[in-house]
Amino acid sequence: MSELRLTINGVHHTLDVPQSRTLAEVLRYDLGLTGTKIGCNEAECGICTVHVNGTPINSCIYPAFRAQGKTIVTIEGLAAQDESGEHLHPVQEAFINHCAVQCGFCTPGLMMTATALLNENPNPDDKDIKVALKDTYCRCTGYTSVIAAIKSAGSVIRGEGALPVNDPPIDEPMNVIGHSEKVQDIVERVTGRAKYTDDYVFDGMLFARTLRSRYPHARILSIDTSAAKAFPGVQAVLTAADVPGENLHGLVHFDWPVLCGDKVRYMGDAVAIIAADTQEIADKALALILVEYEPLGVVADPVYARTPEAPVLHEGREGGNLLKHIKVRHGDMEKGFAESDVIIERTYHTPTTEHAFLEPECAIGIPAGYDAEHEKLTIYVGSQIPYQDRNQIARAMNLPDEAVRVRGTLIGGGFGGKEDIAGQIHVSMLAEVTQRPVKMLYTRQESLLFHPKRHATVIRIKTGAKNDGTLMAVEAELYGDGGAYASLSDKVMTRATTHATGPYNVPNAKIDCYAMYTNNPPSGAFRGFGVTQSAFAVEQNMDLIAEAIGMDAVEFRLKNAQKVGVTTGTGQLLRESVGLIETIEKVDADMRANGHFQWGWREGDMAYGWGIACAYKNTGLGGGAPDKSDAEVEAFEDGSVEVRSSSADMGQGLVAVLAQCAAEELGLPYNHVRVLLSDTDLTPNGGPTTASRQTFMSGNAVRLAAANLRDALKTVVSEEFDYPPDRLRFEEGLVRANGSSMSFGEAVKLAKKQGISTRILHEYWGPKTQPLGTGGDMHFAFSYATQAALCSVDLNTGVVSVEKIISATDIGRAINPLLLQGQIEGGIIMAMGNCLTESYIVENGVPWSTLLSRYKMPSIKHTPQIISHLVEHRSSEGPYGAKGVGEIPSINTSPAIANAIYNAVGVRVFNIPVDQDALLRAMRKGETEVYAAWHDVK
Amino acid sequence: MQLWQDYHTPTSVEEAIQHLSSYAGNSRIIAGGTDLLIDLQFNHEGPMLDALIDVTAIPEMTRLTEENGWCTVGGAVTHTNIVKSALIESKATCLVESCGVVGGPQVRNVGTLGGNVAHALPAGDGTTSLVALDAEAEVAWGDGRREWLPLVQLFKGPGVSALDSSRDLLVVFRFKLCGDGEATAFKRIMRPQGVALPVLGCAVWVKLDESKQNYTAARICIGPIASVPARASEVELALYGQPANDDTLEKAVKIAHETLHPRTSKYRATAEYRDHMIETLLRQALPLAVKRAQTGVAQAEGVGMG
Repeated sequence: MSELRLTINGVHHTLDVPQSRTLAEVLRYDLGLTGTKIGCNEAECGICTVHVNGTPINSCIYPAFRAQGKTIVTIEGLAAQDESGEHLHPVQEAFINHCAVQCGFCTPGLMMTATALLNENPNPDDKDIKVALKDTYCRCTGYTSVIAAIKSAGSVIRGEGALPVNDPPIDEPMNVIGHSEKVQDIVERVTGRAKYTDDYVFDGMLFARTLRSRYPHARILSIDTSAAKAFPGVQAVLTAADVPGENLHGLVHFDWPVLCGDKVRYMGDAVAIIAADTQEIADKALALILVEYEPLGVVADPVYARTPEAPVLHEGREGGNLLKHIKVRHGDMEKGFAESDVIIERTYHTPTTEHAFLEPECAIGIPAGYDAEHEKLTIYVGSQIPYQDRNQIARAMNLPDEAVRVRGTLIGGGFGGKEDIAGQIHVSMLAEVTQRPVKMLYTRQESLLFHPKRHATVIRIKTGAKNDGTLMAVEAELYGDGGAYASLSDKVMTRATTHATGPYNVPNAKIDCYAMYTNNPPSGAFRGFGVTQSAFAVEQNMDLIAEAIGMDAVEFRLKNAQKVGVTTGTGQLLRESVGLIETIEKVDADMRANGHFQWGWREGDMAYGWGIACAYKNTGLGGGAPDKSDAEVEAFEDGSVEVRSSSADMGQGLVAVLAQCAAEELGLPYNHVRVLLSDTDLTPNGGPTTASRQTFMSGNAVRLAAANLRDALKTVVSEEFDYPPDRLRFEEGLVRANGSSMSFGEAVKLAKKQGISTRILHEYWGPKTQPLGTGGDMHFAFSYATQAALCSVDLNTGVVSVEKIISATDIGRAINPLLLQGQIEGGIIMAMGNCLTESYIVENGVPWSTLLSRYKMPSIKHTPQIISHLVEHRSSEGPYGAKGVGEIPSINTSPAIANAIYNAVGVRVFNIPVDQDALLRAMRKGETEVYAAWHDVK
Repeated sequence: MQLWQDYHTPTSVEEAIQHLSSYAGNSRIIAGGTDLLIDLQFNHEGPMLDALIDVTAIPEMTRLTEENGWCTVGGAVTHTNIVKSALIESKATCLVESCGVVGGPQVRNVGTLGGNVAHALPAGDGTTSLVALDAEAEVAWGDGRREWLPLVQLFKGPGVSALDSSRDLLVVFRFKLCGDGEATAFKRIMRPQGVALPVLGCAVWVKLDESKQNYTAARICIGPIASVPARASEVELALYGQPANDDTLEKAVKIAHETLHPRTSKYRATAEYRDHMIETLLRQALPLAVKRAQTGVAQAEGVGMG
């Protein structure tokens, strides 16, 4: 230990800390300044940025003692404090106003980098901002709002006032619905006070680590933990034998061992867990666990997995490596192709991709009875499915569900990647064994290795159409790489299959999908849920057909677009809320706005092209799965209302949407409603935050609970005023009769006096759906989108850039337009990554993409101009007509880009991410098709 | 994860060498640390280091000076400070252009030119330009000797430096600044996926005759071609005494294709693509340097756009 003198946010600190600390560690763990986040420890993501003597640096790789005697500013020091309170920095104000904050985890880094820029240059243009923030990642926003916010902050700093916010126009705003309200803890998210799991500290807390497999597929012969157990400071070392209950977890199929005892099936498999007094001790002790393995043959890809010679991962399982064969049968294929004038058949490959939410997984377990706050075994975790976490923990711990409490913390991004169990069961076991709180924080590298990814797919698709542009038939075969465990493969690949006709009227379809077990990291939910993959194939085949019959790509889509009255490939008659044609028309009008439209052209050494693609995505679980959300609404005598729901806000702004629904129903100002999320003891089950379902499902649950509460209050007020209940008006925080009124709080008081409960639970059941293969409504709503991408291709290098995206999205109803726009912009940028930058590479079962520096996602420098239109074809059952938005923007960007590349240079890309190397070589050789992706460069 | 024990911040080269020597091989020099801390976490095998020796408080290593037409850049000068140097921008433009595309601002603010060279990548951006500038480096060896060496002699293989960063120290670089009729340029090709290493980088230095119409000399570094950075001497030779026009450029491109044989690197580039990129880069960098030499005006391009 040595003396370290620092001035942090104007306060002098003299610390006695080890010389081995990084600055980020000192800030977070020695000083409790947890606003500074650690995203990667590789100087890659930039979210740990602080100022040292005014210069922005990555604190994760900055030795603390290098800062000796220096002045440091962190996110906590950005706002000014005086007698009158806190005054937010213009950057903080602007990030709030422009909705440049979603999950909030990267926000401190973005704002510290931005303030450093504005300190030097208060009038930055787009390029200056892109240069300054180039290596500060945000996975949620897509950066468009960030750029706007920084410009606005600069304008305020220059004394020129804030710039207008790009709030999208919408149809028929209501009192609260249709307004861009801010999430309730937005100030916490911009000041660094927002707490994510790793920001929590409990007395006596231990630190945990997981020993993971050394092989992608091996039998475990022996595990010797004696040396690790004897290591000073180690409090527990546990293996499969120590799992108190069932040593399996899973979301659909229970096939994933809590700890592997007999065999390992991928490199991320957990073999042993350690709790120790410090993280350093846990790290060191991990290396002392001796495991003897007998390596087995590796199943490296899904096509091989289905062959008879492939080793079987889950021995004794009926069906071997075939996780599921999914079938769509519709119409008469023979007739469909016989009547087609043009038939196009191609094979497409999409990569495994990684969510790269900026907050790595973290869980804290607290043993039952540890203190008054923790009577039950309690797990703090940022999870997308708190109640299913509880159930999986309880099964493994051999406890009833009610004996376990899951307390949801803020989630630093999810995108589907925080649905599966990570450290929740492990910390439960370690906490109960040691009788102390235990924190398990994954490193970025462990997160990359461990959690389920987006399925890599191979999609062969054959499309037939008549010369007049009528689509006649689609036949497709999909292989999905499910990885080592089922996770949500069954559901994801079902969605890929059912959506493989595209959002079109396809009278004849035959689609087969094989979801396979392999020794790769498991695949699971990822924004788009399989549809991102099939859309890449469907929408390129659409362009190929249009070209073959000589029809404009837009006209061809319009001719076949789903509309009310069309029956989908799964036999669902679309009866309402099909806004696809309007989305196509809106995008087409913008694309052709300059009058002399061309799909492709050249300027000097650059080729430009437009590409268009459509998408649809179900809202809700569908497929016959009972879909239910519970929510509770309680009114208080002070006129405030609390909404309670176990559902996840991972940045999409669900807390705002739920509060808006309650405020609208009760005629309250938005800020009279607060939301308590995700505590399984205090909040009812909102179901999984997946499938773009929470606005629809929990939004409805809250809306109906609030409506019931309103009706209860009506009866009371009606008697008081002697006025018919159905003529009472709830508005502006008042209950109004003709000429008289009382405040909402007084109405609550009155109700309570009469013994009427002002706490209402509503169990909302989504409309019934049908399983695939039985016809009827497989889903209760679909969202629709069209996107056009303008891309450039450098004719000398093959480098592809996206210059502009025009998007139109039918979401039924815009409950919160700015949050919605944030979902769309963020989804588009994420999908650009899917097409251009991202591939999680696994070499014969061994991940290569083990560092964030090997997994590039779009940064602010890739951000194109985005023009997004909202289209609102109301869904009759959705809250105020709303449908889902979380996934729909992330589906058609990739094929739109691929179509644009073709229109620019005449080369079609069938495998992604696009390899500029192969593209250039094809261009130079005059070839028109490329079947190599980046990861094929070897 | 604890990666080292002690942290020292010496204020002279001698003190730094003494520290290294006292830890007998189990300490390391740290300059910016942007590569080192990642290596220690993810690639380091063996026991935890006893110490890091921080060289960023050694005055002679953090200075950037001009004397008699020569520029001296301390090994611990950051990329940002090089990019901000008006002197280097005007008279060794390629170095600003290469240092300006390394990482993002946070990395450039701490990452140093010495660290870039000591890391010994065959196509480090700073390295490529230093080779074209014919730079020399002063090394303080662990045995107390100080020695000036041509830059290329510091490279032994991909990632293998002649310096042992547990014993030796790269103190300063020096190179001659461009005079009248001389100029430089740096260009590189990246891909948006995978590690942020150049597919191919190219730095050129040209010297024109008094008429400013003919080459009298040139130095060109294109990499990675071999396992260590090297000059493209056949291409340079093709320029000597030739008019600075398109015909000469075509000849240079042809000779480059004939004499430079890049290899395929996994997840980075195929040999065939790199072969095309040699041409693309020469066509960009050479005319740019010629224009700068002719006009005497050089403004760095692409800074921050890496």
